[in-house]
Amino acid sequence: MNIIISNSSGQPIYEQIITQVKGLIISGQLQEGDALPSMRLLAKELRISVITTKRAFEELEREGFIVSITGKGSFVASKNVEFIKEQQLKEIEEHMQVIVEKAGNCGLQLDELIEMLSIIYRGE
Amino acid sequence: MEFALQLQNVSKNYKDFSLDNINISLPYGCIMGFIGENGSGKTTTIKLILDLIKRDSGTITILGQDNIKDIKKVKENIGVVIDESCFPEMLTLAEVNCILKNIYKTWDNNKFEILTKQFSLQKDKKIKDYSKGMKMKLSIAIALAHDTKILILDEATSGLDPLIRDEILDVFRDFIQNDRHSIFMTSHIISDLEKICDYITMIHHGKIILNQSTDELMESYGILKCSEADFKTINPAIVKGFRKNSFGIEALVLKNGIRGNFVIDNASIEDIMVYSVKEAKL
Repeated sequence: MNIIISNSSGQPIYEQIITQVKGLIISGQLQEGDALPSMRLLAKELRISVITTKRAFEELEREGFIVSITGKGSFVASKNVEFIKEQQLKEIEEHMQVIVEKAGNCGLQLDELIEMLSIIYRGE
Repeated sequence: MEFALQLQNVSKNYKDFSLDNINISLPYGCIMGFIGENGSGKTTTIKLILDLIKRDSGTITILGQDNIKDIKKVKENIGVVIDESCFPEMLTLAEVNCILKNIYKTWDNNKFEILTKQFSLQKDKKIKDYSKGMKMKLSIAIALAHDTKILILDEATSGLDPLIRDEILDVFRDFIQNDRHSIFMTSHIISDLEKICDYITMIHHGKIILNQSTDELMESYGILKCSEADFKTINPAIVKGFRKNSFGIEALVLKNGIRGNFVIDNASIEDIMVYSVKEAKL
């Protein structure tokens, strides 16, 4: 399990942890029932405050991604991964709707849009 | 909430200096950094906690026990490091071990061996021949080699090079893996505190002027950079201190009070300390 923390990113560290753990769950690298490292171990390894990891774990628990059992640790919850993916697809679709509208306003063609997207996707 | 260390309305008056109603609460399992300029009252506070000087009023509890009445019960659980090594210089490591074995009931020979080996401290060398860093490592090894539940550190990393400091911070991180262990530390090397502390408490002229979690501090404060004309449009309540130069203004502000498009850099704890103590106020 990899978690990469950037100190120069504008995103708060606890949010970076949340995003990355969510990503690991959705991509299937973390499966239902898998144990997460303890908050203290994670804080030690990433060299961040326990309060930060605690906040991230609490948020993940609130959103139903993990469950914490006192004395045992935190585990990936049995949340329906398909459902989460579906939700994200819906969000992407909404964003695309906006893109298409804006493209229409300034007369951009579909193939130009596709080209733009593929450049951004490849990170060029 | 339970606290490993709690000071309530603690005051101490000297002729020319006084600690004024100090309140500090350190939860179990956390590290608190105690910062302030020279002479702001940090060491006085630590001396009060350790009952080396008598307080005039207020209460202090360590691990739930009063720090004067019940100190005997918790002394085994307190590890203290101050910036001077206080062992007779003619002794060797083995002799120090021998003495401490008979002082602490819970002295852990094994742990001491492991720590001194980890710190590569030579056994048969006299303490006077140790470098400053080695003396400090020795003090830390001793502070940890009994049934320590709370570490009280006064400038434990000052005067040490970055490599040794990093090593020592790792030892502290290991210590805190147990969620009943806590650390209260002062340091002028604020970047160390920023790396390791869960809470930051700032003292200035004997008064606590700031007490927040490190994350909250870093999230809520920022350094605003703008022109003097723009600066006048900012709500004075969110400006904690500012510095004027010939080309503009730099100010420590609460980020969420800023409306509009401004350049705001992240503020380090050092910035927060310098601006709130030294720079001009509105």
